[in-house]
Amino acid sequence: MAGTLTPFPTKAAPPRRATAESPVIKTVLVSLVLVFFGLFLVLPLFVIFHEAFSRGWEFILKTFEDRATVHSIQLTLITALIAVPLNTVFGLAAAWLVTRFKFPGRSLLISLIDLPLWISPVVGGLIYVLVFGRQGWLGPLFFPSDEMLQTSFLARFIYEHNIKVIFALPGIVLATTFVTFPFVARGLIPLMQAQGHKEEEAAMTLGASGWQIFTRVTLPKIKWGLIYGIILCNARAMGEFGAVSVVSGHIRNQTNTMPLHIEILYNEYPNTGAFVIAALLSVLALVTLFIKTYAEWRAERQLRAAAESAE
Amino acid sequence: MARPRHILPGFKLTLGYTLLYLSLIVLIPFSGLFLKTFSGGWAHFFQTITDPRVVSSYYVSFGISFAAALVNGFFGVIAAWVLARYEFPGRKILDAMVDLPFALPTAVAGIALTTIYARNGIIGAHLEPYGIKVAYTQLGVFVALTFIGLPFVVRTVQPVIQDLSVDVEEVAATLGANRWQTFQRVIFPALLPSILTGIMLAYGRAVGEFGSVVFISGNLPFKTEITPLLIIMKLDQYDYSGGAALGFVLMVGAFIILLISNVLQSWDHKRRGLA
Repeated sequence: MAGTLTPFPTKAAPPRRATAESPVIKTVLVSLVLVFFGLFLVLPLFVIFHEAFSRGWEFILKTFEDRATVHSIQLTLITALIAVPLNTVFGLAAAWLVTRFKFPGRSLLISLIDLPLWISPVVGGLIYVLVFGRQGWLGPLFFPSDEMLQTSFLARFIYEHNIKVIFALPGIVLATTFVTFPFVARGLIPLMQAQGHKEEEAAMTLGASGWQIFTRVTLPKIKWGLIYGIILCNARAMGEFGAVSVVSGHIRNQTNTMPLHIEILYNEYPNTGAFVIAALLSVLALVTLFIKTYAEWRAERQLRAAAESAE
Repeated sequence: MARPRHILPGFKLTLGYTLLYLSLIVLIPFSGLFLKTFSGGWAHFFQTITDPRVVSSYYVSFGISFAAALVNGFFGVIAAWVLARYEFPGRKILDAMVDLPFALPTAVAGIALTTIYARNGIIGAHLEPYGIKVAYTQLGVFVALTFIGLPFVVRTVQPVIQDLSVDVEEVAATLGANRWQTFQRVIFPALLPSILTGIMLAYGRAVGEFGSVVFISGNLPFKTEITPLLIIMKLDQYDYSGGAALGFVLMVGAFIILLISNVLQSWDHKRRGLA
């Protein structure tokens, strides 16, 4: 199984002359890539910041003073603060399970972890509406009839405590957690597979407990992969649109996250406010990419050091 | 079967936790989807998924996604080659930029692309005199889906190019092959499985895409409406079984694409001697 998942590509040696393209071809290829990336990656970023600053700093400050904007930022932060730690613990447990043990159903489990990457985010929201929505499985509990209120203790409890899932924070957190749960696990699995577990076994023979092995041996080894996984999970959690859009109900000052608020502001005139918030989320994305590049570099160095010490 | 030997601790704990978490967050809600899909009866199910407006959304979601994935296949291979083989100033930055569509919120991408390609946008304004409209047309949907799928081909092909041994190319060169022949007969066949895998990954991602498309598409019925948007409309009308039916169709589509890409991936691994 070794090597089925290459964690981080290693750098290729510079090709020699007999196997290199002519300078003309080379220039054409590089230019094609520059044009393609410029059109699809650089230009959108440029437009976001250009539009955001088009009305000056004053407008930007005014946008952030708006109550609805502040609320959407708060809601997004709360959502990420719940969803990301949940998925981090899950990612660590799942990666430990999948890379340290062989058991029947292991590859099925790996595919299952990838599921949210495969299905539409809208379906990710839909499944929770089908459970908790008015016509959903548990709908009668959350949207009770008078009869239900009299006969069911649970429905009365939910009604009296005004507990809501759909069109409220719990639904937004659930949908976000669902859409972002693969990221930490996927960041760790290839790395932990490539590193192997000789050190952990050595620590065990020296009498370390499971928790000691994890915190003193494994955690330092996977630190950068873990940090990247968490930061990507966080970026996706804060930016999730489709799934949250289905469960939130778009109630201003109540269930609007930053991406949903972008949609509302975009449809107003002037729509500059949408770009101001978009610029903030773009900065988050750029920081994520930067940390990814750095984490890759560190992980690569770690792997190389591990390979050298093994020889 | 032989009892698996587990040397390290934590098997029961991590297995229990992983299964509990996945059950709560994935399995139980998904079983709800399957039950709800057929709760309105077969007739309602078929009527929903064959409704003309819904069928035309399949053309957009499944058809335009495929076109976008193919374009990403072409440019993705070139980008992977350039990033893996050439040294030039700014290469590292380009390499890091590839993952932008992963990290950038889809709604942000959506409003940015719409602004660029609208009639008064940076590019849209230059296309307008030629009668080419991008925003609020199928071309716009194509642009958004190309953006979304961009990282996949690059990131699946790049490591394969880095693993290619230069020896084989040298042999081809000493045997008198020119560079194009070497590419065509030696390099391309070695890359093909990973290229196809990358295309299917980009395709799978694009089929379910929502955030970046809804802004630029204009959501015109029978023209630019995508299937995920129709799910939301069904839910707004409290037609839960109808929404579930469309969700089911998207799931089946994604599952088939996943299956194909898994087959391609194992073909690729076998060829590279990794399996």
